[in-house]
Amino acid sequence: MKRKILIFIAGIIFGIVMTKSEAVSWYRIQEMFRFQSFHMYGIIGVAAVLGAIMIFCMKKFKFKNMDGEVVHFAEKPKTYYASIGGGILFGLGWAMTGACPGPLYVLIGNGYFVILVVILSALLGTLTYGRLKSKLPH
Amino acid sequence: MDIINQGWHWSVSGLGIVFVMYLLIYAGERFGISSSFRVMCSAISGRKAGSYFDYDWKEQAWMFLFIMGAIIGGYIGVSLLADPNPVAISTQTIIDLNAIGVEAPSTGLMPNSIFNFDFLFTLKGFILLVGGGFMIGFGTRWAGGCTSGHAITGLSNLQLPSLVAVVGFFIGGLLTTFFLLPLILSI
Repeated sequence: MKRKILIFIAGIIFGIVMTKSEAVSWYRIQEMFRFQSFHMYGIIGVAAVLGAIMIFCMKKFKFKNMDGEVVHFAEKPKTYYASIGGGILFGLGWAMTGACPGPLYVLIGNGYFVILVVILSALLGTLTYGRLKSKLPH
Repeated sequence: MDIINQGWHWSVSGLGIVFVMYLLIYAGERFGISSSFRVMCSAISGRKAGSYFDYDWKEQAWMFLFIMGAIIGGYIGVSLLADPNPVAISTQTIIDLNAIGVEAPSTGLMPNSIFNFDFLFTLKGFILLVGGGFMIGFGTRWAGGCTSGHAITGLSNLQLPSLVAVVGFFIGGLLTTFFLLPLILSI
């Protein structure tokens, strides 16, 4: 139960932070891809650098999760064709909708119900990927 | 209250995201949101949809709680903590967007001319919203992560595949911004 509450609270904080810092805004994503402000780079940069320090410390001091298990950080599979191919495809969609997967959910809370259609379409994209997986380079 | 209701500084947001990461790691999970698409596909259609979806998605059912929280947080952000000012993007961005037919920010975080059901049922709207969504779902699952899983968690963990994916995100994003978006909006 405690785990569920923590995850739920993490979601709420995520939704508030992403909304209040305008990181879910289509306008901010356009500004980012046009290199016209530091705002989005600041958000992702601070998160990645502080995150790196946090993960480094967690590994060094064998950080334990709430179950008392030492946290293990999985390596991402070294599938570079997938990284670049999937990355480009996602980037194309990201700049169109102005939202990556997390913000899509947050935007529903912002009252943009048309985003439900974007999510349904993303699920269709995921199903299609599942179908074609064996034929794609990874 | 002013300082809370105005748009938050990027450093506060970065800090907040790391705190969310911390909570999820402490709860025994990890920060990566595009996996939720796979979880939903598995939960809805299961192994019928193919071997990629034939796994124990219930292990990742926590994502539904996170998503519910994110929706509620998004609602709190525009109700209790609503910012009366339009999104403060740079003047140059407003000029560039005007040139391709998108209005300056007014109410809400999104361009109201694009994010509505009337626009969805136009050719431009269908390409941007349905096409864009499809590429998000296909692309993130092929790449094995999105902004959270690769750009934040992956880079934090110094993963080379994540750096390659982030370079891909930008190649795609720049192609849309400078080539596809003006083209689609001029249809």
